[in-house]
Amino acid sequence: MGLFDKLKAGLAKTRKNFVERVESILLNKVVDDSTIEEIEEVLITSDIGAKASTEIINSLRQKVRAGSIKSAEEVNSFLKTEMTGLLGKLQPLVTFGERPFVILTVGVNGVGKTTTIGKLASRFISEGNSVILAAADTFRAAAIEQLQIWANRTGADLIKHQSGSDPAAVAFDAVEAAKARGVDVVIIDTAGRLHTKSSLMEELKKITRVIKKSIPDAPQEILLVVDATTGQNAIRQAMIFSEAVGITGIALTKLDGTAKGGIIFAIKKEIGIPVRLIGIGEGIDDLKDFNPEDFVKALFE
Amino acid sequence: MFESLSEKLDSIFKKLKSRGLLKEEDVDVALKEIRLALLEADVNFRVVKDFIQHVRDRAVGKEVLESLSPGQQVVKIVYEKLCELLGATNTKIQLSPNPPTVIMMVGLHGSGKTTTSAKLARLFKKEGRKPMLVAADLQRPAAIDQLSYLGKQIDIPVFYSKEIKDPVILCESALKQARLEGRDIVIFDTAGRLHIAEDLMDELSRIKAKVNPKEILLVADAMTGQDAVNMSKSFNEKIGIDGIILTKMDGDARGGAALSIRSVTGKPIKFIGTGEKIDMLEPFYPDRIANRILCMGDVLTLIEQAQQSFDQKEAEKLHKRIIEESFSFEDLRDHLKKIRSMGPLENILGMIPGMNKAIKDIKVDEKEFVKIEAIINSMTPEERNNYNIINGSRRRRISIGSGTTVTDVNRLIKQYLEMKKMMKMFKGSGKKGFRLPRFGF
Repeated sequence: MGLFDKLKAGLAKTRKNFVERVESILLNKVVDDSTIEEIEEVLITSDIGAKASTEIINSLRQKVRAGSIKSAEEVNSFLKTEMTGLLGKLQPLVTFGERPFVILTVGVNGVGKTTTIGKLASRFISEGNSVILAAADTFRAAAIEQLQIWANRTGADLIKHQSGSDPAAVAFDAVEAAKARGVDVVIIDTAGRLHTKSSLMEELKKITRVIKKSIPDAPQEILLVVDATTGQNAIRQAMIFSEAVGITGIALTKLDGTAKGGIIFAIKKEIGIPVRLIGIGEGIDDLKDFNPEDFVKALFE
Repeated sequence: MFESLSEKLDSIFKKLKSRGLLKEEDVDVALKEIRLALLEADVNFRVVKDFIQHVRDRAVGKEVLESLSPGQQVVKIVYEKLCELLGATNTKIQLSPNPPTVIMMVGLHGSGKTTTSAKLARLFKKEGRKPMLVAADLQRPAAIDQLSYLGKQIDIPVFYSKEIKDPVILCESALKQARLEGRDIVIFDTAGRLHIAEDLMDELSRIKAKVNPKEILLVADAMTGQDAVNMSKSFNEKIGIDGIILTKMDGDARGGAALSIRSVTGKPIKFIGTGEKIDMLEPFYPDRIANRILCMGDVLTLIEQAQQSFDQKEAEKLHKRIIEESFSFEDLRDHLKKIRSMGPLENILGMIPGMNKAIKDIKVDEKEFVKIEAIINSMTPEERNNYNIINGSRRRRISIGSGTTVTDVNRLIKQYLEMKKMMKMFKGSGKKGFRLPRFGF
């Protein structure tokens, strides 16, 4: 299966819900105001968000009134262009500059951070990089063990301290170890934290400060992991994590469920952070570069 | 980010001076905004549609109360209907006449099943029962470790096996073990599911058939978006659920998923998870969630909640003390306790009209309350009733006793004196009813 097909298969549910509903709305119908309203509703149910939806719909309405859009196909291709436009260009996760390349992963509880890290590690290793994982989630019961399992599975090294120890110290040690051993990539796991907990956000800031003591330019990538089933609150998450540590990219997980992941449109629109990776399955290689064109294409074809 | 709904409606209705019956046009204008608010709160689109229709039917032709604007009247109807749909506070978990009572926790990946299982077990233990936890999540790496670690923390046995690979067999042996040990509650922490995975749903059904649970509780993330409907529908249709636990309510998600899940399944929301700590599981109160969904800066609610928390007699007593100028630290402490029992402070402040905007940038630190309480607790009864005797050395003692600094103690005393001053002014106004004094922080 090629990458595109795999993406298509992963998004089958999303596609089914979204496209089929648009099509059923457009079936045997003249495109009029009530059709447009129904399309707006489809957009909203995909978690695209009221703001982004309204924008798409307003410009669709204008085009329909002006007579430049009449048929269902025209509506379809209009939506495709608009939505691709909203997502912007392909901005995958690439390592650059001097080694080690340090990736800090952050996010609220239960979004799949550790799993994403495992998959990322596997990918870097298969590309010929050496990888250190840093078990800086010292809070959640058994988080270190979970990362240990991933390290064993992928062949990455693991830097860990005791459960309950200072996460910043773990991160620092991992970066120092990577420097000493000439390792290419360091991926730091952090405890899931709700963005509303200011003390925990301070802890994150401290982690980045301490990493900078070892490598001033690190972490080169700060990845916010977002669960595709999350609703509009994901915007708040992106905003507040961004304010705290400066998010450079988003990994959208659990896209193989029925969730439509429309929240990425809202995040891109309101905060402008690019989506780098999407998780479309439970397999170790089911973490893919996010390609906006393919994503929208897979929705519509 | 969210403009308060009543602020929005107020500006719409400013032009309308009409009193009397709610007109169709008024209602429709208001409902348009309410629809948007509900969608922004992640209430499922279809649920919103039904809901709006209900409210419309109820609102058109209704008399606008003397004290309210038409917009507020619609909000009031919406709020009441929301509370009604969200159901009553119901935390009862049915117990089996023949112990052990079997409880099965189900839910999606990352919704918080494992933590919630432990929290629930702790509640039962507190009631004097003998719960046992079962690590039936054989899929997520380290799920077993997580549960056994939590079990140790709360001193509750956890049944697990790293040899048994079939969760159905594991659950059967766990139940046997529970009977053998005379455990009266058994909580099964099952694997997280993406509900489209039919084989995994099938695994849950087989576990259900074998262990015959008295309650199946769906654990759902309060941040869930529109998909909450599909998710809860699948679980309810394929496994059948008896109740819902909504987790991660300590975030700032508006929790529209609560309404979606409740509407689709018709099952009661029993608890909400309000933090990572093991004791943070609270009963579900529909009015609080309704407020949160609507993001209402609504003084009506404040009044209603204030009335619940402060019963009338106590309010009068306090009022009398204010008039007599004998408002002591002890009164202040009681007062603060009641305010805190009304819910998170930010929500309460948010209900004061105009405050929603003002407090957006202010972080209300709940810890501040803890500090104040600790300081007051460290005073002698004499000191609490007569602040005049709190001299330098007493202040030092109080600060050491409460784990704060002398500066903290000084600040509190200063705030207390300011409050007293303000109360003197209230006294002159002689208004009917009880008013909340403002605090100096």
